[in-house]
Amino acid sequence: MAAITSTPAGHHDAIDESVSYLKTTKGLMSWLTTLDHKRIGVMYLISVTIAFALGGTFALLVRAELFTKGKTLMDADTYNRMFSLHGVVMVFLFIIPSIPAAMGNIILPIQLGAKDVAFPRLNLLSLYIYAFGACFGIYSMINGGVDTGWTFYTPYSSSDPAHGGVGSPSAVIPMTLAAFIMGFSSILTGVNFIATVHKMRAPGLTWRRLTLFTWSLYATSIIQVLATPVLAITLLLLTMERFLGLGIFDPRLGGDPVLFQHFFWFYSHPAVYIMIVPGMGVVSELIATFSRREPVGYMAIAASSLGLALLGFLVWGHHLFVAGMSEYATMVFSALTFLVAIPSGVKIFNWVATLYKGSISLQSPMLWALSFLFLFTIGGLTGLFLGMLAVDVHLHDTYFVVAHFHYVMVGGTVMGFVGGLHYWWPKFTGKMYDESWARVGWFFVFIGFNVTFLTQFVLGSRGMPRRYYDYLPQFQELHQISTIGSWILGFGFLILLVMFSRSLIGGKAAPRNPWGSAALEWMTPSPPPIYNFLPGKEPILTRGQYDYHLATDDELYEGYDDPMFPGRDGNKPKSTEGKAHA
Amino acid sequence: MILATELEPVAPSSWQLPPAMSDGAPAVDSTYNFIFWFSVAFTVVITVLMLYFVVKYKRRPGVKSEPTGHFNRLEMFWTITPTIFIGVLFHVGYGTYIKNATAAEGATEIRVRAKKWSWEFEYPSGDRAPGELTLEVGRPYKMIISSEDVLHSFFIPEFRLKRDAVPGQYSFIAFTPTVPGKAQVFCAEYCGTSHSGMLATVNILPHKEYEEFVKTLGKCTGTPEECKPEKWGETLFTKNACTTCHGPGGTGLIAGSKSPGPKLAGIYNTMQPMSTGAPVMADENYIRESILRPNAKIVQGYTTVQMPAFVMKDDQLDAIIAYLKSLK
Repeated sequence: MAAITSTPAGHHDAIDESVSYLKTTKGLMSWLTTLDHKRIGVMYLISVTIAFALGGTFALLVRAELFTKGKTLMDADTYNRMFSLHGVVMVFLFIIPSIPAAMGNIILPIQLGAKDVAFPRLNLLSLYIYAFGACFGIYSMINGGVDTGWTFYTPYSSSDPAHGGVGSPSAVIPMTLAAFIMGFSSILTGVNFIATVHKMRAPGLTWRRLTLFTWSLYATSIIQVLATPVLAITLLLLTMERFLGLGIFDPRLGGDPVLFQHFFWFYSHPAVYIMIVPGMGVVSELIATFSRREPVGYMAIAASSLGLALLGFLVWGHHLFVAGMSEYATMVFSALTFLVAIPSGVKIFNWVATLYKGSISLQSPMLWALSFLFLFTIGGLTGLFLGMLAVDVHLHDTYFVVAHFHYVMVGGTVMGFVGGLHYWWPKFTGKMYDESWARVGWFFVFIGFNVTFLTQFVLGSRGMPRRYYDYLPQFQELHQISTIGSWILGFGFLILLVMFSRSLIGGKAAPRNPWGSAALEWMTPSPPPIYNFLPGKEPILTRGQYDYHLATDDELYEGYDDPMFPGRDGNKPKSTEGKAHA
Repeated sequence: MILATELEPVAPSSWQLPPAMSDGAPAVDSTYNFIFWFSVAFTVVITVLMLYFVVKYKRRPGVKSEPTGHFNRLEMFWTITPTIFIGVLFHVGYGTYIKNATAAEGATEIRVRAKKWSWEFEYPSGDRAPGELTLEVGRPYKMIISSEDVLHSFFIPEFRLKRDAVPGQYSFIAFTPTVPGKAQVFCAEYCGTSHSGMLATVNILPHKEYEEFVKTLGKCTGTPEECKPEKWGETLFTKNACTTCHGPGGTGLIAGSKSPGPKLAGIYNTMQPMSTGAPVMADENYIRESILRPNAKIVQGYTTVQMPAFVMKDDQLDAIIAYLKSLK
């Protein structure tokens, strides 16, 4: 950054340390055996994108089936399998690894000024474990015809009719195993990130100078390491019940089916924060860069990420308000659930306050960040409806809940993911994308998302239960609007897919710092060399990563070309106007 | 007497909420409306501020962003204010909930049995009625809910009440219906193939009509034409939700696809192949046994589907058998 060391480059004779990580070595094997965190991140990115396309297709089929009452496309069993596949693929294959494992892998070490993560081999292993778990999960679902939803509630999921049970074909053991395998991959990534943040920071990069994206990944990693073992406990208990006949969850053996829900949500509720906290981290980066301003309340935002990570462990019971808990337990869980609103609210207020007196550019990544603010606010507030016990009893397991968590997961995490993809795309690929098409894509996604899910709040409050193949006639109109919204939404994502593909094939070369950001990943070429920084240019920090008032013109504007506001940059001093950029 | 079919529809509470038809519902509605308008106001303020800042502080030549300072008082303010707000929200939500969770003294107890995929209601007299719950306006009730197989959830939007039916335990809800009319029972916990078909109706009758209803419990209540055995059998067949597994009219088809249970139309007096053992003649005794003890004989190809047992009076069984005999 401001001061650049002249530490001697390492002795790696075989490779050229100054060319892009994409070109250092060639061939498929060089990717499959790579230890470079960026290449591993790119492979994660490709995997989660495929998972997202797959999960999205299932969602479109589910919505299409609901376009008319009765049978539209498929029979009830196929429909039930479709929404189960949609949930499992989106939660376990896409949203959990999306931001941390894909984007975090690429960006986190660079934002720390490090050469790589702390344990590069463990990093590659976690990718392979994820890939194995994903294949195992999808195979089990299709082979076993799993139709339990992504929650796998017992006894429906655990009493195989082939063994005299009353449920679906055996589902819960293979699915929990698949979730645990993928969870193990999360644990490894989490451990790796925690060690990297603690031990690999560049000289001068104090904890106070970590980016908020790094803070969010740090908080997420802690949740991953602590929550995932619960899946293993659940798996063990299920296996003991099945093979030793111990009555744990099965009422016919004297077990308690509600106990499974406690175990399931003791993992899956913290997992909700594994999903949303990294999205918040991305949004903090976007708002800082496109407002040219350090986020207001930096420490408050960082602390609220850790606060959410902690509170995430204490609120699982709110999924069980009508399942048969005591009134006392529901009271405690309702009160704890409301506490989640405080760190979430603090973040929203700080982000909005950051815009105040900023220098705001509405380039495409910022459109996604502002969409996040709007949609996550709705997602968070509708969570308050569900935290209020009396109202939850009415809304529980209706479309209101479906709409609520889609506003958080899609309106929050997916907006952050796609915004981050736009933002870091030039860094990942070295190519720019077409800004106009990016805006068109954003517009369709934003409109389509709201048409799809705003209607579902009303469906739910009017009493439409979720996971219904068929519905009463009074719900048809809203279902049809929602389905039309899903087509607009799908069309928007298709535009983005084409736009990014065209960028890969014929996109303009990206400058080092296309957005004029002060953060560390923009101080190295696009795409970065194999060890992230050019030999002899490893960073020593003399300022924070959001200190726009301390950053030099060269850092911010060398090669800077603001496609939407050419020559209109407020921070650019007059003397550098018209200077030929390298 | 007002027949259930003649009950007037009740107007919805608002464009968001169905009619409020129990003692607890209006309080839930005011709680809902309170949090709804709170959320609308909050969203508007955040969105307007955001858009205003985006326009006002748009990037302009010669205008720098202002370096961020420390705003400890502001941070304190927007941490403490929401804490007070959520304290209020929690209090309102819990207060209404606990009031609704308490059964009135001397409430009439009704057993609600959930099974794949139908609801059965048992009145204090011991009479069982499938698919239709009849209640009296102004009478306090306590529902004792159980499940015979997997998780279900007893959900009546008009009462703003919901409670899971858990196999191996009882759960309860309590309410007093306040408005005569029809309400809807849904299953709200996913339970397999015909989860969305697991419905029942609630008829809330004024005192006099309710007294009439009690006298006819378990008997056919229609016109003489409607009470012919085949006709009554057809009604019972639908109300017991036999259609959710065997298809409407026992055709073995639901919405054009093969139903979870075997076809019943036209099987009377034919030999049926069994999953184990020799074929069986589908006569009156076979049908009777299949309703009362469904697993005694299982038709070939259906070992993985399980039907719950039904408890019926003889004349009800006779009516259903007559109906099945009439199906071709």
